[in-house]
Amino acid sequence: MSDVLSDAGSDSNHDDSQEDVMTPAELIAKLEEAWLNEKFSPELLENKSEVVECVMEQLTHMEANLQRVKKGDAKASVHRMEIDRIRFVLSSYLRSRLQKIEKFFPHVLEREKSRGEGEPSLLSPEEFAFAKEYLANTETYLKAVALKRMPPNLQTVDMLKAVPEPCLDSFVFLRVKERQENILVEPETDDQREYVVDLEEGSQHLMRYRTIAPLVSSGAVQLI
Amino acid sequence: MFCEKAVELIRELHRISDGQLPAFNEDGLRQVLQEMEALYDQNQADVNEAKSEGRAELIPSIKVRHCCLLRDQRCVTAYLYDRLLRIRALRWEYGSVLPANVRFHMCAEELQWFSQYKKSLASFMRSLGGGEGLDITQDMKPPKSLYIEVRCLKDHGEFEIDDGTVILLKKNSQVVLGVAWDILSCVCVMSVSLCPQHFLPRWKCEQLIRQGVLEHVVS
Repeated sequence: MSDVLSDAGSDSNHDDSQEDVMTPAELIAKLEEAWLNEKFSPELLENKSEVVECVMEQLTHMEANLQRVKKGDAKASVHRMEIDRIRFVLSSYLRSRLQKIEKFFPHVLEREKSRGEGEPSLLSPEEFAFAKEYLANTETYLKAVALKRMPPNLQTVDMLKAVPEPCLDSFVFLRVKERQENILVEPETDDQREYVVDLEEGSQHLMRYRTIAPLVSSGAVQLI
Repeated sequence: MFCEKAVELIRELHRISDGQLPAFNEDGLRQVLQEMEALYDQNQADVNEAKSEGRAELIPSIKVRHCCLLRDQRCVTAYLYDRLLRIRALRWEYGSVLPANVRFHMCAEELQWFSQYKKSLASFMRSLGGGEGLDITQDMKPPKSLYIEVRCLKDHGEFEIDDGTVILLKKNSQVVLGVAWDILSCVCVMSVSLCPQHFLPRWKCEQLIRQGVLEHVVS
């Protein structure tokens, strides 16, 4: 895989637009990390649109390179397979996000609205547009099909209350990438007390998502 | 008892748990809305009477009717929203053109919602990667192998492809397809008697498998 990708990388100047220059292999590794995290996290994570854009550029270059390879060459099919694998991971990542956006649409929009100035955005501009359209579409539909025929004081539905929030207390598997000390684990029942754990690098755990949510966004742990 | 019709709507959907979309229960919805109107009117009358004539004993029944109204609203909203989720799943299952028998089960507003959803999704996909676009309704499964064997389940009939070749997809023919994704070489020939290696554009293969025309033969 690496030779097709590095051909693609050296062909273009796309790296100039990024601040950190990543090798293609690093880029794909980042995509896979984002993909797994998004897949296993109960809530929508920060958007990684730079990774998405770079991967799409990579795919375009790889396709272009492949056109130049002699047809029937055995290498071509292996490279073809690689392109398809990457495209699958990318599509799966975007689908994961879209599903969560649709599932929690009022909450996602609310979080984005009340985000502080310097905080990274949850949604890419395209996702934000999609989420707004989804909200508008659904509200228009409900109004047209039933709400407008209801008594005057019942013609609105509060979406924030009506649509359930993501369950942050669901358990997730994780692998520790950077050693963490003194992680506070909240008690689940009245009999338990809160306690503190240290997470060793390379160890794997099953914990409530809420406890380690900030570590996922910082990249200290990887959901698996 | 109040709210029974509303709960029946929910039960109707609950019974069909595999995601299929039953016909839109226009009647049921109308009955619930009529009940809501009646309850509301009764409450209006009682509230006026309670205020003007100080009849505080009406208040509990006003409260009960109000709770029923809220329950009716909640059940109706749940019914409609669950149907929307099923309709949304149809876009991902069947593509942007729904089969006629499914469309028949949808009311006009649902069709409108679907059409709007399709548009939103399409413009989202088009805008990915800085305008490059990516169809994320494809590539639903990780690519396992380059060549897949497929069997034709239905007589899909003939279709003509770019270079004029006419292909006949006949029921029960089994061929090995090289799933090549080179858009330029969309040559595809499938015949009943031979089992040669042929090439179909992969998106077409996936689509035909999802529509039930081809079946992936796993040996």
